[in-house]
This record gives sequence, structure tokens and C-alpha cells, in this order.
Amino acid sequence: MAGLVIEKLSKNFGKTAALSNVSLTIKDSEFLILLGPTGAGKTTTLRCVAGLEKPNQGTIEMDGRLITKLSPAERDVAFVFQSYALYPRKTVFQNMSFPLEARKLSQTEIEQRVNEIARKLAIDGLLNRRPAQLSGGQQQRVALGRAMVRQPRLFLMDEPLTNLDFTLRVEMRAELKRLQNELAATFFYVTNDQVEAMSMADRIAILDHGVLQQVDTPENVYNHPANLFVAGFVGNPRMNFLDCRIDKNARVIVGKDDLWRISLTRSLFEKVAQHKGGGEAVFGIRPEDVELSNEAETDMIRAEVYVVEPLGDRTIVDMRLGSEIIKVKVAPNFEAASGDSLGMQFDSERFHVFDKSSGEIII
Amino acid sequence: MNYEKKSLANRIGFWVVLGIVFFFFMFPLYWIAVSSIKTRTDVISRVPSYIPYTQFQPTLDNYTSILLGTTIESDTGVRASADLSVFRDRLTNSVIIAGLSTLLAVILGTLAAYAVSRFHIRGESDLMFFILSTRMLPPIVVLIPIFLLFSNLNLRDSYPGIILLYTTVNLPFVVWMMKGFFDEIPVEYEEAAMIDGYSRLQAIWKIVIPEAIPAMAATAVFSAIVAWNEFVFANLLNRTYGATVPPWLNSIIGVGAVEWGRLAAASVIFVLPIVIFTFLVRNYLLRGVTFGAVRR
Repeated sequence: MAGLVIEKLSKNFGKTAALSNVSLTIKDSEFLILLGPTGAGKTTTLRCVAGLEKPNQGTIEMDGRLITKLSPAERDVAFVFQSYALYPRKTVFQNMSFPLEARKLSQTEIEQRVNEIARKLAIDGLLNRRPAQLSGGQQQRVALGRAMVRQPRLFLMDEPLTNLDFTLRVEMRAELKRLQNELAATFFYVTNDQVEAMSMADRIAILDHGVLQQVDTPENVYNHPANLFVAGFVGNPRMNFLDCRIDKNARVIVGKDDLWRISLTRSLFEKVAQHKGGGEAVFGIRPEDVELSNEAETDMIRAEVYVVEPLGDRTIVDMRLGSEIIKVKVAPNFEAASGDSLGMQFDSERFHVFDKSSGEIII
Repeated sequence: MNYEKKSLANRIGFWVVLGIVFFFFMFPLYWIAVSSIKTRTDVISRVPSYIPYTQFQPTLDNYTSILLGTTIESDTGVRASADLSVFRDRLTNSVIIAGLSTLLAVILGTLAAYAVSRFHIRGESDLMFFILSTRMLPPIVVLIPIFLLFSNLNLRDSYPGIILLYTTVNLPFVVWMMKGFFDEIPVEYEEAAMIDGYSRLQAIWKIVIPEAIPAMAATAVFSAIVAWNEFVFANLLNRTYGATVPPWLNSIIGVGAVEWGRLAAASVIFVLPIVIFTFLVRNYLLRGVTFGAVRR
């Protein structure tokens, strides 16, 4: 079916490498989101799949058919642009019927299909308007509709929600997910918004500087990041990172002044032992895996409250520890003020250790 | 100061300035139009007359004489020695030459501009500068080389020669104008069309060209004016076959008594096609000229 296999894809623009050796398989009917910061090569990947960009190396296969050298028209994929790229001189109906006209369908069939999709997207009242007369959300739906009328098996989406305002974006996230289920189509979706990725994707592929970092389910990407980059990119506020080292007694010693030490279990220690690399490491812990307490217990680290950011549903407390700032996610009713001295404790089950030079995860 | 008053003063000032500007630009045209319907006596009268029927009795003789080629015995007894009957032929030539050269320049220039705008071309800015630089030379400098070239190629006194020349003269302008417009049209439109199942050429034809039509219309008006008014080359290259109106206008000034009335009538007729063309595309014109200047 509409599985997509990208094999060792490389693309250079002049001397800068936009993509290097990207290999990625998207299963049939899968919602795969390519996530990464601006300039990571996400859009380039998508454009290579669509045929708008010629890769320097690598192959792209769809349904077992090699499409690397085909023109965009021959690939039969649908593309939703970030700018929607609705044809400004055509009405909504004409925008949606345009891809069907290329396929030489009969007028009645075109009308039937356009009307059906328009109803599904609740834009059937807008068919005679021009794109300029539509709101951003309506334009977005028309762009989706134009992609859907062709009944493609593969949808390519380039940050389709970025230009929408916040509430609409949240709404459309759920709707896109529902549509993807309903159409049972393969979605290859690009975004730099990790919330979009986490909430919609079956699997997330994380790209940075043209190199694929990790491909996994949202849960695994969050809980078992492959490296420092993924750990830092996914999650808000981002994971706290502190320098650490592992001593001979299987203890992780965090911070310059032996801030915190934790003894590793045997299995964890074996993992560490297997890891080849420099002795320097980075300790990572998510803000929600740090606990704050007013009662000073002996095994707690004393730290000073630097800033308190109440966000309504939760509160972020920045703790100052020497020159380091550690962000902690606490319940909204937690009371703290700048300058307070609090006890801080790391969850000994939910931390990570990364190799400092390669960035790879050790634990 | 009272805001209302200031606003009223402003408005009066605005209309006064507008009136002066309007008068400044329109009076010469009015004078020509009025002169074209005067008799020979009225047109050379020492006392200027401005208003037909009250100050002078209008006549269409000037028009009939230049359009129908009838030679009217002038009241001074001096016959105009320039052959008035050729005006119609000259006008036809002007229409064909300006029309075809404009069409060619706009088509070729648009295609070139699209290519420069959309594809990576090595030395693109040098190429664009080279194209522009062909306009930097005063045309008179290349007059003799072009004359010799056209003589050797047998292009003198022909349609193809002068059309080719005017096309060449207008191409840089069209390329520069259209490249600016194409740069403003998002690439995504064509890309969307190509993904929707069309070839690049189909995408250009179905999506890009409709977008570019205002720009093409604006560019065409300016190109047409250049070709329509061109005098120097037309005067030298096409003296008999394919001769255009501007040199002819000059010739009836130069020989014998100046036929001001007929000259004025010919000028009015000569100005009309451009006025009509500009009028037809006026809606596109403003959009075309301000394209890119206004954030859409």
C-alpha cells in the first residue's frame, strides 16, 4: 500500500548539506511526524518526497515503486503547504477541482467528489468564494480539501497549522488526527512544534542539521530519548542538564561539587560499562521529575528559588544551584517566593546520563 | 487651529494643485485637438482661439484630407508638398509594427523573466545587468552600425527588420519588469499545480500567467509607447515600405508651408490608439505598476 521508504537520502544546497543519509520508513496508514528545529531539513525531506527537490543521493520508494526520478505530477502524492498556496484567482470549488481536472475526470464526478469533501470539511458553504475572502482556518480547510479530493494514499504536510491562531491550531490537531483515521491514509507531516508531534503522531522522527536523530513513538521519544538533542528538544520546559561523572563504585556524581550522587543498579552499571567513550557525561532530568520540599530532609539538596513562573495548570520554579539553574515543574498550589531556600530531590528512577562528546544516551 | 478648517483649506489646496497639474498636462493635448478642427486661417491666426463655434467655426477638412488622401487647395494657394495620402498606410504600418513588436517583446521577455526568476542560473545578476546594459547606450550611437547591418541583411524597408529592432529595444525592460513581478508570485502556486498533476508548462499557463496578466499589461503599454513613438531608426531604416507615422509627421513640418491643421489632426489620430490601449488596460495598469510596492 502507501508505505514510503526513504533510503540514504542526501541533499546539498551548494556546499551546505541540508540532508545527510536520511533513511526512514513510513508504514501504510501511519501518521508520521518529522520534528525538528528550523533549518533542520524537514521541509527539504518532504519536498524530495514530493518531487519538488532533486536529492543528490538516495532513493525514495512508494508502494514498492521507485519514485526518485519521477516528476511531482507522476508521483501522485498530495501536498499541503504552510502558506496553503491556494490559487488566488480560482474559487474554492475551482481550487478543489483543479487536481481532478488534471486527471480528466468527468464534470459530474468532479462535482460529486468536491461536494463530498467540502461537506466533510464543513466548507460546502464557501465553494464560490475566493481564497482572499476566507479566514485563515477556512483557507486551511480548503488546502486540505484540495489534497483530499484526489484520494491520495500519501499526504505530505508542511507545517500546515503554523499559520493558524492558537485555539484553531488546537482544534485542528484533533481534527487532523480524526481525518487521518477516517481516511486510513498515510500522513507524512512536518512541524517544529513538539506539542503537535506528541499529540498527533503515531511515530515521531526527529531531525537536526539534516541528520535523523531518532524515530519512535511519542512516548518513547519522550521517555527514552536517543541522545542529548532529542532529550533537550522534546519536552517543555526542556530537560535540565548538569555535568556529571560516573565513578568506579557505580555511582553517578552530579555537579561540580558532588551535588548529588546515586548508586546505580547492576543492570544500569553494566550499561555504563558497555559504553565506550570519554569519562565526561551529562546528567539529564525532566522538570517534572524533580521534587521540591519545604521540609529539609537530610538527603535533599539545598537550593535557592530564583524565579517562580505560575502557568495556571502548573508552576515552573527555577532553582539556583551555584551557577546552574534547574527548572522544576510543581503543582499550581505550591507556594514559593524568590530567595526561599528549599530542599530539592531528583527522581532516582527517571533520570538520564548522556555521553558528553557524542551526545548519545548511556542510561 | 480648528481641525475642520484646516481640513477644508487642505482640500481646497488639493484641488487647486490638482487643477494646475491637470491644466499643465492636458492643455497641449487640448491645443492640438482644437487646432485639428481649425481652418488654415484660424490655425495661423495671430489671435489665439480656444473654443469652437464661439471663437471659430470648426471643420473636419483636416481629417478627411489626411484620411481620404484628398488634396485640398489651400487658401494661400500653396499646395502641401508632402504626400498626405500616405498617412493611412503609415498608420497601418505603425499599428502592425508597434503591435507585433510589443507582443513579441512581452512574450519573449516574460518567458525569459520567468526562467531567471525561478531557476538557479549561474551568474544570474551579471546576466540581468548585461540585459539592462543594452539600454544604457544612447540609441543614436548604434544608428550607423544598425543601418549597415540591416542593409547587409536586407532588413531595411521591411516589417521583420524594424519589428525585430523594436522587440530588442523593449526586451530588457520587459525582462526586468516581469522578473520583479515573478519574484513576487510565490513559487508554491506552481509547485501546488505540479503536485496536483500538471507539468511545469501547464502550471505556468494555468496558474502563473493569469497572475502575471496585470504586470504583462502594464509592461505592454510602456513597450507599445516606445515602439509607437520611435523616430530615429524608423526615419532611417524604413523610408518607403513599412514606414511609420513619426517620420511622416516630421516631414510635413519640414516641406513648404507648415500644414498645422493637418499635422494636428494626424497627431490626434496618432495618439488615439495608445490612449485607447491604455484605457482598456487601465485596471491592470495601476496594479501592475504598484505590484510589489504594496504588501498583499
